[in-house]
Amino acid sequence: MKILITIEKNEVAPRFDQASEILIIKIEGETIKGEPRIMLLPGTSGEDICGLAIKEDISLVICGGIEDAHFQYLKWKKIKVIDGVIGPYEQAVNFAIKNRLIPGLILPGASICGDLS
Amino acid sequence: MSTKKTRIGNRSQTPLLKQLDLTSLLDSLTLGVIFLDSDRRAIVINRFLEALTGYNREEVVGVHGENVIRSNLKSVGDPVGKVLQSGKGTTLEGDIINQYRKKIPIRFTISPLKLNTGKGAGVIIVLEDISLLKDLDNKIHGFSGQEKILGHSRKMQEIFELLPITARTDASVLITGETGTGKDLIAEAIHKASKRSRYPFIKVNCGALPESLLESELFGHIRGAFTGAEKDKPGMFRLAHEGTLFLTEIGDLSLPLQVKILTVLDDKEFFPVGGSTKVTVNVRIIAATHRDLSQLVKQGRFREDLFYRLNVLHLHLPPLREREEDFRLLLDHFFREFRANLNKKIKGFNDDCLKLLSSYSYPGNVRELRNIVEYAVNVCPNEIIRPEHLPKNMLAMEKYSYPAMSQKIEAGGKKEVQMDSSVKTAAYARSMPGGWGDVEKIMILNALTKTKGNRSKTAELLGWSRSKLWRKIKHYNLE
Repeated sequence: MKILITIEKNEVAPRFDQASEILIIKIEGETIKGEPRIMLLPGTSGEDICGLAIKEDISLVICGGIEDAHFQYLKWKKIKVIDGVIGPYEQAVNFAIKNRLIPGLILPGASICGDLS
Repeated sequence: MSTKKTRIGNRSQTPLLKQLDLTSLLDSLTLGVIFLDSDRRAIVINRFLEALTGYNREEVVGVHGENVIRSNLKSVGDPVGKVLQSGKGTTLEGDIINQYRKKIPIRFTISPLKLNTGKGAGVIIVLEDISLLKDLDNKIHGFSGQEKILGHSRKMQEIFELLPITARTDASVLITGETGTGKDLIAEAIHKASKRSRYPFIKVNCGALPESLLESELFGHIRGAFTGAEKDKPGMFRLAHEGTLFLTEIGDLSLPLQVKILTVLDDKEFFPVGGSTKVTVNVRIIAATHRDLSQLVKQGRFREDLFYRLNVLHLHLPPLREREEDFRLLLDHFFREFRANLNKKIKGFNDDCLKLLSSYSYPGNVRELRNIVEYAVNVCPNEIIRPEHLPKNMLAMEKYSYPAMSQKIEAGGKKEVQMDSSVKTAAYARSMPGGWGDVEKIMILNALTKTKGNRSKTAELLGWSRSKLWRKIKHYNLE
């Protein structure tokens, strides 16, 4: 299974169409096969990332917020999308491998105590 | 003078400010508000922003603000960073994508948060939903891809006349009509024209989720209510507080949920799934379905009391085959829209193509017409759209014929052409090999039967002049 994650620094990018970096990982069973690839995109475009996902024969896209048009397009192309994910992308990959990643998940590494009172 | 002001302020305002309940103050605003600390992590969001983004405030505390609002502000630099650095506020326009994958145009006002000592503590971002302004701007300056409700047929004019009346009241509305007739657009238009327009408009498809999930989606749940309920969920009723909840495909709702919705409509309060505290909401309900609810009531599949509760105001959207006068208007509108959006130099359709388009039966109604035009404009490589540029499945579909019509002899001996309920509307449309012509013929026959052959009444019923009816009768040899 090939996974594409839209990333920003060490986290899943907040928005699919604004991501300028993507990570592509190959998974076999519960292990990562080969070297994960990080690609820098020339610009930010949801359409380009959709095109790349098809070209790379991706089975799963992990991302933050995604517009319905892009989501439906990927679904139509039989690519599973787990969207609304917040947190470090490494954690997202680990959760996905263990089949524990769900849409809208705020990963443990995403939040610190924000109470400043 | 300034020293005195500060002293008075410190003495009289600080205790009062300390006593103010900041959260309820923020919740009273009809703008989304998020407070971020100096690391840009969320401290608090208000209820309006909960509705706008789909997150509840408890789960986003400590989360990076950009993950909560998901804006496109990054594309114009780093405005939040600039405000944090300079201490000077800024306003700019952009958009967000919420949990429901909807892109919403927003005006962001970013201001510094300062402590009493004057030291910067973060930023406050105020989000104003400017969808309405954008729609208006698009109406003035051109096409946006946003749907509009068009039509000058008598049936649509009747709907347009009812819209302002429907928007003025708070009564429940039931919108019926076949798929693709624009039920969602009408619901949104009612909301936008109502006094609730500044509050959320939330759409829930009752047919898209299994019963247990739908209950939690509508009424929310508390943490631990069931396996997998790891956090509290506010539910759509709560998110639509003060606004409008649009329940589409209401005919697919299960009976137990119908009871719960009826209770909310009557009492304006409910228990979230697994909760023991009642939640009070003020929500207007607009429901829509392509099914015949009165038939479902007869079959015992829809509660009669809920039907009457929803059916306070009823709008029935006619299928496209009954809006012949609107066909060219819609065709031209979609053609110009896609030509502008795709930046094409196409001049129009040739006669053969127009003939084909006007004889097609459009089982998918306006939505299908729009899709066909979009396809044709995309595919056409030159200046004139020809039949070969139309979708192939559209041409193939017209070749099929389904025995969808049945004739019913009523008690009084009157003949009434009726749809076979098992075949549904799409097949009905497809059964008309001649498209408009045959549908029109049946419409005239139906009207004549209903008025016992009285032509004046028939013309009135069809919304035509007597001369137009006479011409049509002659044209179809119905004399």
